[in-house]
Amino acid sequence: MAQVSVHTGPGRKELLFLSCAGVVGFFAGWHLLSVSGWFPKQFLPGPVAVLETIVQLSREKYSGDTLWGHLAASLGRFGVGFLLAAAIGIPLGLLMGWFRWLDDIVSPFFEALRFVAPIAWVPFAGLWFGTGIGGPTLIIFSGAFPPCLINAYRGAKYVDRRLVEAAQTLGAGGIRITAEVLLPASLPSILAGLRVSAGIGWQSLVGAELIVVASGVGYMMVQGQLNVATTIVMAGMIAIGLVGVVIDFALRWFEIRIKQSWGR
Amino acid sequence: MSDAAALPPRHESIGSGHRIAIGMAALGVAIAAWFVCSAAGVITGGRFPTPSDVYRAALQITGANGYAGGSLLQHVWQSCRLVLLGFAVAVSTGVPVGLTMGASRRADALIGPVFSLLRPIPPLAWIPLAILWLGLGDTAKIFLIWVAAFAPALINTYVGVRNVDPTLIEAARVHGARSRRMLFDVLVPGSLPMIFTGLRLSLQASWTTLVAAELLGAFTGLGKVLSVAALDIYPGMILFAMLWVGLLGALMTRSLEWLEVKLLPWLK
Repeated sequence: MAQVSVHTGPGRKELLFLSCAGVVGFFAGWHLLSVSGWFPKQFLPGPVAVLETIVQLSREKYSGDTLWGHLAASLGRFGVGFLLAAAIGIPLGLLMGWFRWLDDIVSPFFEALRFVAPIAWVPFAGLWFGTGIGGPTLIIFSGAFPPCLINAYRGAKYVDRRLVEAAQTLGAGGIRITAEVLLPASLPSILAGLRVSAGIGWQSLVGAELIVVASGVGYMMVQGQLNVATTIVMAGMIAIGLVGVVIDFALRWFEIRIKQSWGR
Repeated sequence: MSDAAALPPRHESIGSGHRIAIGMAALGVAIAAWFVCSAAGVITGGRFPTPSDVYRAALQITGANGYAGGSLLQHVWQSCRLVLLGFAVAVSTGVPVGLTMGASRRADALIGPVFSLLRPIPPLAWIPLAILWLGLGDTAKIFLIWVAAFAPALINTYVGVRNVDPTLIEAARVHGARSRRMLFDVLVPGSLPMIFTGLRLSLQASWTTLVAAELLGAFTGLGKVLSVAALDIYPGMILFAMLWVGLLGALMTRSLEWLEVKLLPWLK
């Protein structure tokens, strides 16, 4: 990526200073607003109060569990939905990329369903699978599935024909071509899809938990909202954001590792 | 995360009528199977609606009394109005900030870190806070849509500006273009394709977020219909409302794509 600067050369130190100033300014502004008295304290707690709440939540139970317990419940649901999406989406996408007829049959359904927001599945999710583990899993699945399928499809579809022909010329059979040419060639696209899929899945999970379940970070936040405990709501937002970042980093690391070991 | 342009621009080889025919046939078979299963009593309407359930739901919501506090037209109008308002607010803030951050390293350094701090919080996680602060009315919905749609508009505009061919910028500079002309004659046109990608993603985010926000608390709107139908255990209405959510989402995305082709004909 070409780095283009229209204004010529602000120095490195100046940029670093500006970055720090931005972040400090943000927290200072938040703090000042919360102590200014323009808003009722219970609706706009300051950063310190939110931090204290996070510490407190990690020790004491709120609406049934500690923050760690709620996070574990959320991660469990996320894991099931995400793994299901990957386990169905990737093979289906690959097959659609390899076999035209399957593509022709599945694509219209996929196109038709694509525009239904994952969150719109909430009523059916509750009706079909209940509000325990099944319902939220369906919502996460419906968010995480499309990127898995699309990226596997693209990966399989755009494998260089010459690679396949070269392998055929050298006498490789169908299974060997699949395992040693098609799969490795589609891998980068599949891995990129997994990362997008995890991001959307985690976001959908939060939406699902706001509505249907009785544990998890989303549930904790709704309880905080009902009790007008803004600190709890903000603590939940921060926890969700942090876990999302951790998931993204983990998958990025996984992606690099796999590419290294398959690239040779 | 989800703001990258992940979806392919539709099928590359849709040209042949043969493919469309197979697709239509598959859809037709599925719908026929739905009718047959309902008639044969395999689908009873308890968990998944029969065609006549959906028809009855359609009649009820378009009828005089409506459903969930309004007629279909009122719900659709409410949802579309809010999405367009929120989208307009998000675009008219996100694109300028993206342009500024793309054009000025200083602005980038100042705003970038704060933006990256807030971005990992999913838009849906703002819903409880929005309800606490602004209640269940229109303002809360517009705020939520803004939170959701601002980021894709900003990021794609930013990337678009940063990826403008440096040769063009140098050439403009050599010919004496100052900041204003540089911005409107070089940077904006150069980043338009990315800006449009951003708009498309923003619009999708707006729609998803609005439906979620309405599900959780609203007076009218399609999400409200969904939530009332879920409480009433009314599968016909759930499916009917979902169809409309999908239909309107598709319609908005297609309109924007149409607009893109009209405004940027040289790209296709």
